[in-house]
Amino acid sequence: MEFFLVQALNGISYGLLLFMLSSGLTLVFSLMGVLNFAHASFYMLGAYFAYQVSVKIGFWPALVLAPVLVGAVGMLVERWGLRKVHRFGHVAELLFTFGLAYLIEEAVHLVWGRLAVESPVPPELDGPLFHIMGSQYPIYRGFMMLVSVAMLVSIWLALTRTRIGLVIQASLTHPQTVEALGHNVPRVFMLVFGGGAALAGLAGVIGGNAFVTEPGMAAAVGPIIFVIVVVGGMGSLAGAFIASLLIGCMQTFAVSLDWSLGGITIAQAAPVLPYLLMVLMLILRPRGLMGTRDG
Amino acid sequence: MLEVRDLHAYYGKSHILHGVQLSVGAGEIVSLLGRNGVGRSTTIKAIMGMVDCEGSVKFGGEELLGHKTYAIAHKGLGYVPENRDIFPTLTVRQNLVLGEKRAQTPPRWRAEDMYEMFPRLKERADTLAGVLSGGEQQMLTLCRTLMGDPALVMIDEPTEGLAPKIVEQVANLFQEIRRRGVSILLVEQKLAIALDISERLYVMGHGRIVFEGAPRDVRGNAAMRKEWLEV
Repeated sequence: MEFFLVQALNGISYGLLLFMLSSGLTLVFSLMGVLNFAHASFYMLGAYFAYQVSVKIGFWPALVLAPVLVGAVGMLVERWGLRKVHRFGHVAELLFTFGLAYLIEEAVHLVWGRLAVESPVPPELDGPLFHIMGSQYPIYRGFMMLVSVAMLVSIWLALTRTRIGLVIQASLTHPQTVEALGHNVPRVFMLVFGGGAALAGLAGVIGGNAFVTEPGMAAAVGPIIFVIVVVGGMGSLAGAFIASLLIGCMQTFAVSLDWSLGGITIAQAAPVLPYLLMVLMLILRPRGLMGTRDG
Repeated sequence: MLEVRDLHAYYGKSHILHGVQLSVGAGEIVSLLGRNGVGRSTTIKAIMGMVDCEGSVKFGGEELLGHKTYAIAHKGLGYVPENRDIFPTLTVRQNLVLGEKRAQTPPRWRAEDMYEMFPRLKERADTLAGVLSGGEQQMLTLCRTLMGDPALVMIDEPTEGLAPKIVEQVANLFQEIRRRGVSILLVEQKLAIALDISERLYVMGHGRIVFEGAPRDVRGNAAMRKEWLEV
């Protein structure tokens, strides 16, 4: 019971962090039809920017500044890169984001080196939040959940209660009609791309401290968020939310189970499980849990 | 008010419009007639900046070609697309809100005006637009564009597939639009409606304007109707 509770909390907090990443990816995909291969690179940039700001002025300013900076980079990428490439079609856009991911990784190598940088949990968030039957639950995990839930509620309020949110929702399905009503849809695209990048950056700030800030962190998390978007359904925020929690819990539970199947423990097979789920989903339900389009 | 001169439009390498010329005056209802596929919808999309084109489109003396669609909408042109392009996941009220442009001057239309003309929309204000009937969706599309307070509204096939009673309501709305000083460029297949409400009509064929005249000219020209309009 104790094991289950602690693992469930860990799984949910990791799942919420994954949602912070996949929500931006799926929104950008819905709106612009672009599967952004550089999305996880924004997560990495968030972690490094936060490290840099933390060193100079502390963690709390970094929590705000790093996502804003990553969002600004995202908007520049959309305005001066993706928008120019758009006329050459989706393949060109895909290749552009693929190249961008490499570019960001190399830039990180150049500026911060190839080794991990030290990004410890800030002292005020270090330590146990509570004890469950003798085990400690860290404050930082609780903080991750709090930030993720706050972000989730903010996205929901922004999308459903504000005029720009309504414009985004309408642009998901009818961009031309929205533009004919006088809304600057290209600017909406830029804001959504920047917003998605900022969310990934925020995930990077808290993920960088919880795990490790190193040049391989984008490659480590990138494939998982693609799995989430496919399993949840291309372009569905609700689907991405469910799939994030599912995969977050699945990975957390799997690594700590030593049940054996034909000589291989579940813990050993844990890294493969999300991809297995994706393959099964593609075979059985290609549109994903809540997606509206096939393939 | 609207002056279209020598308009050529292209979809990729296909040349769709071959030098279209037309004009709409202030407060005027003008219809654009013709069989399916002759370029009527493309003409109004080209005016709205939604397809690649060449030539000249002047609105209030200002050249529109080269401007983005949203900028053209802000200059006072409204567009009602043919396929009842409501936003299905938003409510009726939210659809209307997205039509507003938040101009400095008080607009000619408020949501209350729409609800008064179409009480059915008021009853369903908080319903998702995707579950409305075809007629209700058409009304919503028209009202949403009017909420942006256009000086000229271009309406593509508004009565297609609608019940006669709804068609009558839509025709009444056109009269109300004109009464409030808004011009209409109407793409319509139902000749009777177009003849009834228009001051002038254009007939298109093969991407060109092939006839221009008043309703009585169309009524009196059986040969033209047979060649360009009758199926």
